[in-house]
Amino acid sequence: MKILVALKRVPDYSVPARITPDGSDIEANKIAINPFDEIAVEAALRLSTPQRPAEIVVVSIGNLASQEVLRHALAMGADRAIRVETENSLEPLDVAKVLKAVAGWEQPDLWLLGKQAVGADAGQTGQMLAGLLGIGQATFVSALEWQGNELIARREVEGGTETLALKLPALVTTDLQLNTPRYIKLPNLIAAKRKPIETLTLAELGITPRQRIQRIKLENAPARTAGIKVSSVPELLEKLRTDAKVLS
Amino acid sequence: MTVLVWAEHNGISLKKSTRQTISAAQAWNEPVHVLVVGHQVSAVAQDAATLAGVAEVIQVDAPHLAHVLAEDLAACLVEIGKDYQVILANHAPYARNALARAAALLDVGMVSDVIHIEAPAIYTHPVFAGSILETVVNTDAIQILTVRGSAFSETAPAPVAHKITERNAPKPQGLSRWIREDVHASDRPELTSARVVVAGGRALGEQFNTLLQPLAGKLGAAIGASRSAVDAGLAANDIQVGQTGIVIAPDLYIAIGISGAIQHVAGIKDSKVIVAINNDPDAPIFQIADYGLVGDLFTLVPELVAGITGATSH
Ligand SMILES: Cc1cc2nc3c(=O)[nH]c(=O)nc-3n(C[C@H](O)[C@H](O)[C@H](O)COP(=O)(O)OP(=O)(O)OC[C@H]3O[C@@H](n4cnc5c(N)ncnc54)[C@H](O)[C@@H]3O)c2cc1C
Ligand SMILES: Nc1ncnc2c1ncn2[C@@H]1O[C@H](COP(=O)(O)O)[C@@H](O)[C@H]1O
Repeated sequence: MKILVALKRVPDYSVPARITPDGSDIEANKIAINPFDEIAVEAALRLSTPQRPAEIVVVSIGNLASQEVLRHALAMGADRAIRVETENSLEPLDVAKVLKAVAGWEQPDLWLLGKQAVGADAGQTGQMLAGLLGIGQATFVSALEWQGNELIARREVEGGTETLALKLPALVTTDLQLNTPRYIKLPNLIAAKRKPIETLTLAELGITPRQRIQRIKLENAPARTAGIKVSSVPELLEKLRTDAKVLS
Repeated sequence: MTVLVWAEHNGISLKKSTRQTISAAQAWNEPVHVLVVGHQVSAVAQDAATLAGVAEVIQVDAPHLAHVLAEDLAACLVEIGKDYQVILANHAPYARNALARAAALLDVGMVSDVIHIEAPAIYTHPVFAGSILETVVNTDAIQILTVRGSAFSETAPAPVAHKITERNAPKPQGLSRWIREDVHASDRPELTSARVVVAGGRALGEQFNTLLQPLAGKLGAAIGASRSAVDAGLAANDIQVGQTGIVIAPDLYIAIGISGAIQHVAGIKDSKVIVAINNDPDAPIFQIADYGLVGDLFTLVPELVAGITGATSH
């Protein structure tokens, strides 16, 4: 069994992003592994059991700095890593095409991706990849387990959950509730330095990215301003009735 | 040139968010067709056929579409949508699941969570937890997008019914199997369309429901939660409000014991009026609240419940 996990390096969500002075780009402190992708790595590790051992391969498309997120996943316990070199950030459809090409090489039984990459928050790549591969998908998954030869996935939907069974090969995207990723111990971090990271180019995979969606403008979202503090419940209710007119 | 809206429904009628999506679809000034997919959904098709701004309803009805799977819905969207120039739906789990798959199969890109359509193919959507708005132009031949329903008004009923056309469903894809759904039964209004929402954070502890339910009851409100409240097991995941939960825009939002992290605020900042109750006068939530009340929620919430006499105004 082989599980592929796709990892993206994203801005640290605890540091606010800013528009650059010329208005053309977003300055963000890109350092971290996308939190959903870290959950995907953890899910892969938990799906690999003595009865069903899996080789876990992590893939990231990005510049040299993406190696850090791959190392992080290797330290968590992934077996090996692939980095597809590009200086540009690709649109989800191109990311999906690159991952499909990697699938041609690796022939995984299961793909795990994050439900969305924080920052752009597109939430498209997993579904696009499943479509291109013609395999079944379960997105926004908050529980995952083997049952015979099927993977049982519980998905988060409006108002509750939905449970699906997937035949392999299949693709799953992770929700935050799926698990809590393990802490990395120092020896694992050191051991991860010895695990292989293979580098491929877009040309080797036969992919020419195409920018379909072009940015025209960036602006700060209109900020809400602080209102007033009220000193008691009766004062609050009075304001809601007479000023805000949301209560009768 | 025609625009296709995929309709989300409950088996009887369209969801409010779909009526909002139909309004968004008017931006093209072209005939709008509504695609109703499911099993025994003629009531839904009728409902769609009596809305303003709809030129035609396409009904795809088959037993295997009763609990629609992404693979089957995407197959419908590709089969029918390939003749359209625009395909859109509300930015919610089922549409997000299937539209992106269909986009890849049609070899076109997609824009998620659109809040403003400036002109055909020019869209504004929030990025970075809603702190920045990005406007983009999509150069692909077929435009695929999800829209944030609450950013658009609801379309009105139409005086006459429009045409309903039945189309055959593509054959079942058979890649996954629906097992069951667990919908949290609630007599409260739906979180996404409620006029009033009261939400609690981790601070409520074991009293999350006993404190919030009477308040929600009096206000006719839906109940929401912060992620910490969900993580602590106080509330179900599907009522998490925020960047990675549900984005809402009610007339009145009451945040109780919620600190106001940016990821939470991303889900509420389009609310008309925000009230915050928190015992920390420096909690970030007060920076965005219209009315802030500093104090202990365990005494203030019951006081609030006692003080509300009439219903909420309409
Ligand atoms: C990738 C990512 C995505 C996220 N997405 C979301 C999301 O969608 N939604 C979301 O909500 N969060 C999200 N979060 C989490 C978010 O960052 C915060 O951790 C979370 O919102 C905090 O929840 P809270 O306000 O309940 O808890 P806390 O931050 O712990 O705040 C509790 C508040 O209660 C107050 N309090 C305590 N006791 C009392 C009392 N007796 N009376 C009155 N007030 C009291 C405290 O002063 C404090 O302000 C996300 C985080 C990440 C990393
Ligand atoms: N550059 C990338 N390299 C590897 N995986 C990616 C990349 N971009 C997106 N992904 C994967 O796709 C998921 C969803 O991303 P998105 O569709 O951009 O929101 C992420 O959580 C990752 O698992």
